[in-house]
Amino acid sequence: MTVTVLSNENPRPGAADLRVRVDASAQRPRAGQFAHIACGDALLLRRPISLCDCDEEAGVWRFVFEYKGPGTRYLAARKPGDTLDLLGPLGRGFTCEPEGPPTLLAGGGIGVPPLLLAARRLTGAAHAVLGFRAAPLAVLTDELASLCARTAFCSDDGSLGTREFTDAVVRRLLAETAYARVLACGPRPMLRAVAEAARAAGVPCEVSLEERMACGVGACLACACRVGREAGETFRRVCLDGPVFDAETVVW
Amino acid sequence: MDANRAVDMAVPFAGLTFQNPVAVASGTFGFGREYGQYFDLGRLGAVCVKGLTLRPRAGNPPPRVAETPMGMLNSVGLQNPGAEAFLRDELPFLRGFDTLVVANVSGDTVEEYAALAGLLSDGGVDMLEVNISCPNVKAGGLLFGTDPRSAAAVTEAVKRRARVPVMVKLTPNVTDIAEMARAVESAGADALSLINTLVGMRIDVHTRRPVLYRGTGGLSGPAIRPVAVRCVYQAARAVRLPIMGMGGIACAEDAVEFLLAGAHTVAVGTALFRDETAPLSILEGLTSYCQENGISDIRTLTGALLE
Ligand SMILES: Cc1cc2nc3c(=O)[nH]c(=O)nc-3n(C[C@H](O)[C@H](O)[C@H](O)COP(=O)(O)OP(=O)(O)OC[C@H]3O[C@@H](n4cnc5c(N)ncnc54)[C@H](O)[C@@H]3O)c2cc1C
Ligand SMILES: Cc1cc2nc3c(=O)[nH]c(=O)nc-3n(C[C@H](O)[C@H](O)[C@H](O)COP(=O)(O)O)c2cc1C
Ligand code: FES
Repeated sequence: MTVTVLSNENPRPGAADLRVRVDASAQRPRAGQFAHIACGDALLLRRPISLCDCDEEAGVWRFVFEYKGPGTRYLAARKPGDTLDLLGPLGRGFTCEPEGPPTLLAGGGIGVPPLLLAARRLTGAAHAVLGFRAAPLAVLTDELASLCARTAFCSDDGSLGTREFTDAVVRRLLAETAYARVLACGPRPMLRAVAEAARAAGVPCEVSLEERMACGVGACLACACRVGREAGETFRRVCLDGPVFDAETVVW
Repeated sequence: MDANRAVDMAVPFAGLTFQNPVAVASGTFGFGREYGQYFDLGRLGAVCVKGLTLRPRAGNPPPRVAETPMGMLNSVGLQNPGAEAFLRDELPFLRGFDTLVVANVSGDTVEEYAALAGLLSDGGVDMLEVNISCPNVKAGGLLFGTDPRSAAAVTEAVKRRARVPVMVKLTPNVTDIAEMARAVESAGADALSLINTLVGMRIDVHTRRPVLYRGTGGLSGPAIRPVAVRCVYQAARAVRLPIMGMGGIACAEDAVEFLLAGAHTVAVGTALFRDETAPLSILEGLTSYCQENGISDIRTLTGALLE
């Protein structure tokens, strides 16, 4: 679908905060789902970016992303009024149940954006642990803190919150509170460590994986990841079977 | 010219009739379910399904895809559930649409190709597309497609077992595509499809490692179109078989190039990844092209290159 850029800001150097107006017919995105966005005529493949937030009434979707290469730089350079061609919402999202025990959100670096929509869907029934390499790289901290009942920060160098890795904080919180589940998004080593912590605590965990994509809809099998420990190892599609997977099934 | 005049888009092809010349290319369209959510599969001339093997295959580890200037490399490695699972779980779905179903097959040995031909023709597909040109697997694949005798041997074996038309898919990774075309024609092929991907490679200069897990992959997309048009042109002059042309087709004009070069039908692959309804716009564009140029029958474009 064609969407119109409403605003495009720089929350910090090297990152963009893009809001677009979508059709009234657009599907309601679930937290953890992504949009596959075309990045101009010069780049053949679309780029997958997680839905960071959405306002159904106003028909606004929001993406927060880091500039990595030509695709994300193209998106970061779009001005209000420009149009973009995107496909979505795509993929399987996080389980967000506002009733019952709280959910623990664990985000690392540029894996944090989809957790904002998760926090919104959980309507306050969420706690969050957000880890960054350093304070200047942090994104969405205030907004997540305002949507979650409890928020803890950590960083590799101690410039934000405590100086430790995200999984260490997750381990502590899991010991204090009975969570319904852990929802995690971030770099792979962090996801693996968080999944181990959840497993040790006997709490279900869902992780959002990344893989290079072509079609984004499940047809080309480009985005394979190893999932399915019990059923015999098979490749699953990050774009359609994921990006969110039950951590227990991921072959790390 | 009367711009609204009806254009006959039907194309006879290897004993079958394509309701229109626009198909989708194997491996880019799965078994139709995914893109079937975006448009009516019954509008397609044919669906070439993901490459099938006798036994299920897990495919290659990721990364399996890398972008290139106006193209992409893939090394999916023929991940598929196996021919029997296809017949049981996927073919009934495709049969719900008014389109031809072409089963794309790959084997490690001539015997496997033959067994697949028997199994799938009995299973009710409309045509076989024999992939002797996959660059992403160790055994078989490209090996069969680069040696005229092996290509002929596979074709003969498949023809003996097939009860539906047999289309052989050629690779551009050869010195003389005309020689390959003649070899499979003499071996009894009913049609040709070309081209499969070109072997390519990308290297990450920061890590000094190949971008793809397997090192090399198959190049597709607009980047390969001139090579594909040339291959179709050369093959069309070498043999009398009908040709399904593909390689980088993204718009109707691209498709017309293939028809003029000698293709009877075309297949759309990589373009889908950018525009999920590309086959439909191409079909509509082809119709308009014919109307604007006073062409009442799409078949007259085939080989109509002026030299
Ligand atoms: C489901 C999903 C959700 C994502 N959500 C976000 C998000 O909310 N914010 C954010 O900053 N980033 C996100 N990413 C990562 C983002 O897709 C990449 O940073 C982006 O594709 C890089 O494109 P580029 O042209 O700027 O960089 P390049 O590195 O030049 O890209 C080259 C190719 O590699 C692919 N690629 C590179 N890095 C990745 C990656 N990490 N994952 C998948 N493909 C990659 C690109 O799509 C492109 O095809 C997400 C990835 C996935 C799979
Ligand atoms: C992701 C991907 C998977 C493919 N898998 C197959 C396959 O299983 N069998 C086959 O014969 N060709 C396969 N191909 C080749 C295409 O069918 C087609 O020949 C080629 O991509 C050129 O057309 P295009 O540029 O329009 O994509 C694959 C191509 C891509 C991009
Ligand atoms: S990107 Fe094509 S199947 Fe996932």
